[in-house]
Amino acid sequence: MTDTTPGQTVGPFFHHALAYPGDAELVPFGSAGSVVLHGHVRDGAGDPVPDAMIEIRQSDAAGTVPRETGSLRRRGAAFTGWGRSCTDAAGHYWFSTIEPGLPFFAVTIFARGLLDRLFTRIYLPGAADALDGLEAVREDDGRLRFDIHLQGPSQTAFLRYPRT
Amino acid sequence: MSGRLSASSQCLSVQWKRSVDGGVITSLTSGRVTSSQHEISDEIAKIQAESPGRAPLLDFAPYRSTALRHPTKELQLVDPEGAELVAPVFGHSDVDPVEADLTVQRGGDPVGERIRVHGRVLDGDGRPVRRQLVEIWQANASGRYSHQRDQHPAPLDPNFTGVGRCLTDDDGHYSFTTIRPGPYPWRNHHNAWRPAHIHFSLFGTDFTQRLITQMYFPGDQLLALDPIAQSITDPAALARLVASYDHDSSEHEWLLGYRWDIVLTGSHATHLEPSDD
Repeated sequence: MTDTTPGQTVGPFFHHALAYPGDAELVPFGSAGSVVLHGHVRDGAGDPVPDAMIEIRQSDAAGTVPRETGSLRRRGAAFTGWGRSCTDAAGHYWFSTIEPGLPFFAVTIFARGLLDRLFTRIYLPGAADALDGLEAVREDDGRLRFDIHLQGPSQTAFLRYPRT
Repeated sequence: MSGRLSASSQCLSVQWKRSVDGGVITSLTSGRVTSSQHEISDEIAKIQAESPGRAPLLDFAPYRSTALRHPTKELQLVDPEGAELVAPVFGHSDVDPVEADLTVQRGGDPVGERIRVHGRVLDGDGRPVRRQLVEIWQANASGRYSHQRDQHPAPLDPNFTGVGRCLTDDDGHYSFTTIRPGPYPWRNHHNAWRPAHIHFSLFGTDFTQRLITQMYFPGDQLLALDPIAQSITDPAALARLVASYDHDSSEHEWLLGYRWDIVLTGSHATHLEPSDD
């Protein structure tokens, strides 16, 4: 563990390399059984972060975490349980996915000005044993909303793991 | 310079946020007052004297854009479970082998010094990370990214996107053929230059091993001046981001080789795979 390679910021110029068609659509937008998970990424002043990237990892509806390939070229591929969304000019991210059988989406956050990745979880509304503050809100139109605050009084609870 | 201490950092933050926000480059002639390299280096030295650590500091005022983007509350320790224990899986349907050669993606040869960058991706227990995705991106030989927001007045290269992907092999080995990137100026402070670097995006076998970092080149005098690199306050840890020149992978009359091995954090999963090698 002592010789772990340190992280560095994703910087400002990652979109042309890391974004790709269908990156945020774990299932096609609007398809039967799909749900939109979305929110804004904000800094310590409450301003949008337009150069962040969010990745999610999740189980399928039955609670199995897929080990299927095909996330980078989704057309015709099985559900892979992984997606990536770069925030837009308003700091907004979104995914089209399904509600996981296991109670949370595992989340990684990258941004210019953020020197290493952050981890968090987004729990489904009403999930038993959800960590404080990490439940998504069900909006009237059925979408799941979860805002990410990098700093400030509303700072999101970020996580670390025993071996990181 | 009032420095980095938390009591004063909030006003400083607002000032700097206006100066460098958005990654969108504003005019060089805006006339704002920024720190000198000497002031930045002095801030870096003071922080490093206090807190040598192997991970980058998230609260690192010399990199001005961190001011409002670093969490101030402690990270919460949790045991990984469910989806956190399984990294996404990528395969040959995801990545074409040609994506590992950044010099043949367009019609002609890109300008610059042709290089190979290769090495192994290992987990924290020394096991190779097999058949896993590696993504890279970088500036061209002139220090310009093929990204719409990069306004550095250096030429774009129509034959170079600076974007590559590959899968590691069964031994955890990756290899890219590319062009040595140029250093480039940025607006963190007056006369600020990023050392030449290649961005790397890596996955392990657990979701918790996710890593995005930057690889630097040996002997680069800009490394000591760079607040992004120096946010890793332990010199030995920072040295792990520097590739070594590898003459054995240089090719006669063709390219120069660099070797860079990557060690991810430890895996949490129970390894049930038989040891077949």
